[in-house]
Amino acid sequence: MLTIKNLHASIEGTPILRGINLEVKAGEVHAIMGPNGSGKSTLASVLAGREEYEVTEGEVSFKGKDLLDLAPEDRAREGVFLAFQYPVEIPGVSSTNFLRTAVNQVREYRGLEALDAVKFLTMMKEKMKLVEIDQKLLSRSLNEGFSGGEKKRNEIFQMAMLEPTLSILDETDSGLDIDALRIVSNGVNQLKSKDNATIVVTHYQRLLDYIVPDYVHVLYKGKIVKSGTKELALELEEKGYDWIKEAVDSEATV
Amino acid sequence: MSTLTKQNLFEGFLETSFAGFERAREEGKASFLKQGLPTLKSEEYKFTAITKKLEQSITSFQSAQPFAVSQEEVKAGIPTGFEGTVLVFANGHFIPELAIDAAELTFSELSEKPETAVGSIARADKDPFAALNQSSFYGGIFIQIPKKAVVVKPILLLSFNKANEGQLIQPRVWIEAGDFSEVTFITHTINKSETPYFVNKVVEIKGGVNSQIRYYRVQNEGKNAIEASTLETNLLQDSRFTSVNISLSGEMVRNNLNLNLLGSNSEGNMYGIYLLNGKTHVDNHTNVDHTIPHAESNELYKGILADQSRGVFNGKIFVRQDAQKTNAFQQNNNILLSEDAIVNTKPQLEIWADDVKCSHGCTTGQLDEEALFYLQARGIDKTQAKGLLLFAFAGEVLEHIHDESFKNYCTDLVQERLGSKF
Repeated sequence: MLTIKNLHASIEGTPILRGINLEVKAGEVHAIMGPNGSGKSTLASVLAGREEYEVTEGEVSFKGKDLLDLAPEDRAREGVFLAFQYPVEIPGVSSTNFLRTAVNQVREYRGLEALDAVKFLTMMKEKMKLVEIDQKLLSRSLNEGFSGGEKKRNEIFQMAMLEPTLSILDETDSGLDIDALRIVSNGVNQLKSKDNATIVVTHYQRLLDYIVPDYVHVLYKGKIVKSGTKELALELEEKGYDWIKEAVDSEATV
Repeated sequence: MSTLTKQNLFEGFLETSFAGFERAREEGKASFLKQGLPTLKSEEYKFTAITKKLEQSITSFQSAQPFAVSQEEVKAGIPTGFEGTVLVFANGHFIPELAIDAAELTFSELSEKPETAVGSIARADKDPFAALNQSSFYGGIFIQIPKKAVVVKPILLLSFNKANEGQLIQPRVWIEAGDFSEVTFITHTINKSETPYFVNKVVEIKGGVNSQIRYYRVQNEGKNAIEASTLETNLLQDSRFTSVNISLSGEMVRNNLNLNLLGSNSEGNMYGIYLLNGKTHVDNHTNVDHTIPHAESNELYKGILADQSRGVFNGKIFVRQDAQKTNAFQQNNNILLSEDAIVNTKPQLEIWADDVKCSHGCTTGQLDEEALFYLQARGIDKTQAKGLLLFAFAGEVLEHIHDESFKNYCTDLVQERLGSKF
């Protein structure tokens, strides 16, 4: 589904990603872990099409298409979804109107009929249950005054509405209490299927108790320096990142 | 540039005789000649070179004559969904025959009310253009809302402008809202010519005790129109005045909005949006004068500027020594969509009382790129995402339009502008 080859990206001339290789197949869950500043969020942003990052080398193909060639909105319409680390508050834009516009533009691109108000509401109610989000919250401006947990739940709710094939969760667990974490993970797990894939970007192993990954990759200094299964995450939890850092750094000095 | 100078610019014009109001006209003329046309050295006009614009565009000063407007044109000019009284003006001349649904309204040509204290609210000595209008207005209108009258449907002041190049349109409106009356005015202009012309309008409103007056205005002048307008309102005890001004086009527009809070518990509200592109220049000067205790004023102006447009906001809040317990709030926010667009914003608070609550704030920034990316990342087209964000920014002002159908009309107008031109 997603093939990343030798991806290099920089921001304002500073290289952040220095040759990422990753293959994600339908039905898989990949966890990307790593210390702060390793480039985890950059990878998520580059995949979603954030303009500040400049891709200097490499390629990304998504379902056979050159992902880097698409505008952010077209990536979303093709089925890429980024759950933001910091969901943006947008005063004056109602959550419901925003979602209806988004859902219908995505559907139009996929050759589906636009949803009328009734069908949209029915769909919304059904998906709201997934993340236990309250209707009242959705009648407010998008994310405005939402608590941290509410914002993250709203991200997963949007994900449910847009039915992506590749979901990228960027530190969705950071700052969540255990109840919110359970709700968010539960939502993600219910949306999992053999046809879609998930990339979980996280700093902590805790999330992976709830969203169990098939593969775990450790990102450090802009490269995947170690890959393994969920056991790797447990090892990281126990030992921290230092042993990996040391291994990589000593190799670099040799 | 022509050989016209400030001194001789209006000389010939001012010699023309106009019917009625001799004393007021003399006063206006004297005051105009004393003040002269404003230069950039004048504090109140330092960001708006209107005199230069006039010298460039206006070659001969003549009053634009009334012209025939058909009933079809009137119908076509009424904002979609509008229901209420319509009063029609051609080049500022009131055309009584074209009025619609006006049987219950008290109004007449201003000249039929020679006792009207023209210039007593919008004083000539305060602004050169108000003085010019006072010297040489014509065909104005007098509207009276009787005591306790609640005019449920809005009153539309529909102006048709078709001036020849360089002509002057000088409308004058006098409105008296009786004690305990309630009324909504909507002003709307239809352009019939693209030549440069100058509209210099003065509206004076007398708000009685406990009156409720709303004044909504869409400024959609011709691309080449230069406009100076003064709206001044006196408010007595327990009265409330709300102005919503939407500026969309014009070569150069200067709005003076002055509220005089003369009675306790009176309330003045000033809201505005300016959505500018091309080389349009819009200058909103507002002034609220708190003269007595326990009055309130609220102000919110929002601007979105593209291309080489320029916006000026100058909001003065004057709290006199006696005006204790004043509440005055002012806010001006701008978004610049191009590097060539300019905003000059200047809050001006002059407070002489010591027990008041006043706040003001202004911001100027760019469109929030992070928010734009967020919407795009959800599959929303970039142009539409921009439109959504800009409307979210400016739309707040439209909430203050009380008349539902006019609010919808303005919403469409604003959305259309934000979805296409920016």
